[in-house]
Amino acid sequence: MGGYVLKRILVTIPTLFGISVVIFFMVRLLPGDIVAVLSGADIGNDPELVAQARENLGLNGSYPEQYWRWISGVVQGDLGDSLRNTQPVSEVLLNALPITFELVFLGLLIAVVVGLPLGVLSAVKRDSRHDYAARVGGLIGVSIPNFWLATLLLLFTSRVFGWVPPLTYVPFYEDPIENLSQFILPAIAISVFTLAIVMRMVRATMLEVLGQDYVRTARAKGVRRKVVISRHALRNALIPVVTVVGFEVGILMGGSAIVEIIFGLPGVGNTLINAIFNRDYPVVQGATLLLAFIFIFANLLVDLLYGVLDPRISQE
Amino acid sequence: MSDFNNESPVLAPEGPSEIGKDAWVYTPARRAGRFAKWRNPIGIAGAAIVGFNVLLALFGRFVWTTDPNELVAIRLQPPSWAHPMGTDELGRDTLARIIHGAQVSLQVGMISVSIAFVLGVTLGLLAGFFGGWLDSLLMRFVDLMFALPGLVLAIVIAGMLGPNRRNAMIAIGIVIAPAFARVVRGAVLEVMGFPFVESSRALGASHLRIIVRHVFPNIVAPLIVLVTVYLSTAILSEAALSFLGLGTQPPEASWGGMLNSARSYLDIDPWLSIFPGLAIMVVVLGFNFLGDGLRDILDPRLGPHVAGAGKK
Repeated sequence: MGGYVLKRILVTIPTLFGISVVIFFMVRLLPGDIVAVLSGADIGNDPELVAQARENLGLNGSYPEQYWRWISGVVQGDLGDSLRNTQPVSEVLLNALPITFELVFLGLLIAVVVGLPLGVLSAVKRDSRHDYAARVGGLIGVSIPNFWLATLLLLFTSRVFGWVPPLTYVPFYEDPIENLSQFILPAIAISVFTLAIVMRMVRATMLEVLGQDYVRTARAKGVRRKVVISRHALRNALIPVVTVVGFEVGILMGGSAIVEIIFGLPGVGNTLINAIFNRDYPVVQGATLLLAFIFIFANLLVDLLYGVLDPRISQE
Repeated sequence: MSDFNNESPVLAPEGPSEIGKDAWVYTPARRAGRFAKWRNPIGIAGAAIVGFNVLLALFGRFVWTTDPNELVAIRLQPPSWAHPMGTDELGRDTLARIIHGAQVSLQVGMISVSIAFVLGVTLGLLAGFFGGWLDSLLMRFVDLMFALPGLVLAIVIAGMLGPNRRNAMIAIGIVIAPAFARVVRGAVLEVMGFPFVESSRALGASHLRIIVRHVFPNIVAPLIVLVTVYLSTAILSEAALSFLGLGTQPPEASWGGMLNSARSYLDIDPWLSIFPGLAIMVVVLGFNFLGDGLRDILDPRLGPHVAGAGKK
């Protein structure tokens, strides 16, 4: 087990390195001279000013030199400064991160709490009316754009209850109720996609497990159906749920950007999109790197959890 | 788990495969049921929706001849006989704009999936066919692309290239391509293991001949399913990018862009927010249904197919 954990962690290191190289070049190889774009025409003709601007941006020297300077900063938590207000990028991102974490956490909570029982029910009552509804509902769930769902939810609560969530962010520790009333609609909006997938995964795995010999044996020796479902089948069905949820953590961190914008939540995705429009490219670079790292770590965590839940995997 | 899987099980299998349960019983009754798998209500519903959408995109403007950019009526009208979906904040006919949006989404879907197809299939074929260091190199790169969240990547590429529809299509194509590469490589590896490839090689067939005659025909089925499913991803991504102002630019009508401008009028005219979203959902649903049905028919092995690279 220890060897497995170590191996998985070691495998992650080259991926992190590769990602940082990809992001580094992505920002640099895209067309258009960033200095000209940023500083406008006024310094464009003065080579000295251009050189000065390049140095401020860390764009002087060869690519390996630039990369080395950037990555040694990143390792020490220094992602450069925002071009908008010279605030350190790490500070900008640290302010945004808790908001996105809370949103994603709540969204995934809803997805699992609702999706898991629906999936079990669907598998146990296979081919029933409920099963069919759940399957079609699942396909609708993966097809509905979350930003449209967010709009519909806003429309629904404002028409039916005459209630609109507060649009300025309040941290949880300042006013928990205000904070939650702000997060509930966006959390529902981002949960639906994951909910549909969780439901389908649970249904599929449950059906597979329910067909296994040991389930039949358990039934044959007189274990009650309910016990078999909860003790034997459900436990195995949880493994794919862990995978999906872990994977979705990474996806949703950036994927809820639009929903964050609609509800005025200053999270990471919202920050990234604003930075793109402002051409604030240290922030773009930093936010992309952060989202990619979270994505990779979430997957690493899933792999490790997988090893715990299913000992066969870590023994391979 | 087979080679076709990746870590994003967007559409999980519906359960233990119904095919093969009694595959060894070959009876006349079974032969009569040979086309039974074509009777797939979800797949047919999907085909109908997709077909309708294609017709709408191609011929809709001849049936509903109002110009999508013309100011034809009073602003922000609810649906009426003259304007079945109402009018927008400038007095343009929403139905005409929805029809134009269908053209846009179909164009973006087809072009960006074509980009992904060409890039992905080339990489996947090279990696799977030649193996060795080339395979390791290409697949490490594909793994890296998978380690970047899809929508974030699309937003960054489209945003940095400059906000317009062409760049959005390029961004979506790049984001989807790794999924094609991975599936094609897996399928190629499987085909390469069959004895007929070895015999063909022993008979002196060239690489190209083996690829064209043996490998390609055997990976067509997973490719068709993949294209269908990723068309839905591409359409959804285009809507998201246009919503953010990174795709199709106003005043041209696109479903995502319409939803974005409708946001300011949510209180006054909710219809503006309902129709474009409904259009996106129905079309995406159509492609997902169709993909689901095609998978059952063409390739039961495919199991949980890959998706999600560009989704959300």
